[in-house]
Amino acid sequence: MRFMIIVKATPDSEAGVMPEESLMAAMAGYHEELVKAGVLLDGAGLQPSAKGWRVRYRADRRSVIEGPFAETKELIAGYTLIQVRSREEAMEWARRFPAPMGEGVDAEIEVRQLYEMADFAPGEAVDRFRDLEANRR
Amino acid sequence: MTREATHRAIEAVWRIESAKVIAHVARIVRDVGLAEELAQDALVAALEHWPDEGLPNNPGAWLMATAKNRALDRLRQDALHARKHEELGHDLDALQAHVEPDFVDALAEASEDDIGDDLLRLIFTACHPLLSTDARVALTLRLIGGLTTDEIARAFLAPEKTIAQRIVRAKRTLTEARVPFEVPRAAELPQRLGSVLEVIYLVFNEGYSATAGDDWMRPALCAEALRLGRVVAELMPDESEALGLVALMEIQASRTNARVDAEGRPVLLMDQDRSCWAPLLIRRGFAALARAEALGGARGLYALQAALAACHARAHQAEQTDWAQIVALYDALAQVANSPVVELNRAVAVGMAFGPEAGLEIVDALAAEPALANYHWLPSVRGDLLAKLGRLEEARAEFERAAEMTRNARERELLTARAHAVANPTRAR
Repeated sequence: MRFMIIVKATPDSEAGVMPEESLMAAMAGYHEELVKAGVLLDGAGLQPSAKGWRVRYRADRRSVIEGPFAETKELIAGYTLIQVRSREEAMEWARRFPAPMGEGVDAEIEVRQLYEMADFAPGEAVDRFRDLEANRR
Repeated sequence: MTREATHRAIEAVWRIESAKVIAHVARIVRDVGLAEELAQDALVAALEHWPDEGLPNNPGAWLMATAKNRALDRLRQDALHARKHEELGHDLDALQAHVEPDFVDALAEASEDDIGDDLLRLIFTACHPLLSTDARVALTLRLIGGLTTDEIARAFLAPEKTIAQRIVRAKRTLTEARVPFEVPRAAELPQRLGSVLEVIYLVFNEGYSATAGDDWMRPALCAEALRLGRVVAELMPDESEALGLVALMEIQASRTNARVDAEGRPVLLMDQDRSCWAPLLIRRGFAALARAEALGGARGLYALQAALAACHARAHQAEQTDWAQIVALYDALAQVANSPVVELNRAVAVGMAFGPEAGLEIVDALAAEPALANYHWLPSVRGDLLAKLGRLEEARAEFERAAEMTRNARERELLTARAHAVANPTRAR
């Protein structure tokens, strides 16, 4: 089963302040541990929302809204994707995640489990979903 | 945290840490079986303390320290015993030679060593050629995978007692043969690494062959094998074959969602909905393969198979498959590890690249091959080539023969359906 560890944005991350050397080292060390344990699938830090945009869907109109976005705590500053054997294992790895904005700095991470095909009971609905996927390409 | 939740958390910590703890203790006591016992003692201690005291900040270090202390106690006891024996024998010389061995000092120095090295030693020991393949698989999953005997038994559809005995016997064999706890030297390394990779790929294939309705531990073997492969590749970053195996497994695992249809029936590679292949795993597979090739390992057994898998992964539609390239890779594979099965696969590729006639020629040359006498893919492939040549009656007979030979009920269904389809070409479309 796969889990995504999501690092929430902070005013600093949104301002594009690059992490200090000590934080970089802590993050590198943590991710090395994940690699050594064979559980890291993917991960990256995200650039500030000022460099991103949103597409808003209203009725049949769509409009592009350029960043930055105000609701900092709802934004994402990075993610780490892991594959583990149980929810508790994901929890244990999450517990070991370094303070994402540096020791002593308020921050938050959020962990979410990914849907897997096996989570859907076999049947017509899954087939329809697969067809949808196929048509989208 | 409730007691129940704490127990589950301890279990998770154990799974993450157990291999490292066993490996480190094994280097102290020089016996894998004893090391596992001592590590288990640490787990029992955790189960006693943590539910009341809560999980320590660094549970891995706690387990490690506890297990190490048990190991040192054990060594002290053993030394004491040895001295008592000597006193009884009034062997004063031996007694004097034995003055207070300071284990703590010796071991503190040793522990500075890299934990990764210990883990690697443990992996090589669990996959020691002295052990049967079955024993290697069970011991590897137990010691490095941290799986329980029950989980291994469920995964391999075997009684728990059988697996338990297999593990006990394997440990005893290692102890009695005084197998050194070490990474093999350069001369031995390729062969010994081959044994490790073989075990991992066996575990992967066991999981890959799981069918719907199987215990969930079976497909879970794929993920575990991938994890073990990634661990080994990380511990031995210069070994191209370890990377080749990881690449092969990543790409094969990318097809998991497309391999069976809604009813759980297998879907052949050429018929799979490729939009269901997992792009992240394909990308990881490509990256691992590129690293293997950069190390000069393009012609390795696993790297070549990974390159074959990559060839399919690059084709967004089955029709775009570069069959000429696949033939070339099978030619190379036949040079590294020729077998009738490789030859049969080459025949399929040749049939696709240069026409069914050319493929059939190779298949017919394999007809008398004793190794393929009970291999249902031989008539199945032959049937496919015959059908393409319009020799439908012969094709039907081959599909029926293949259906009789397979032990997999779903494959039988598929083959019987093909026999029907070629016999009734108008109804098939």
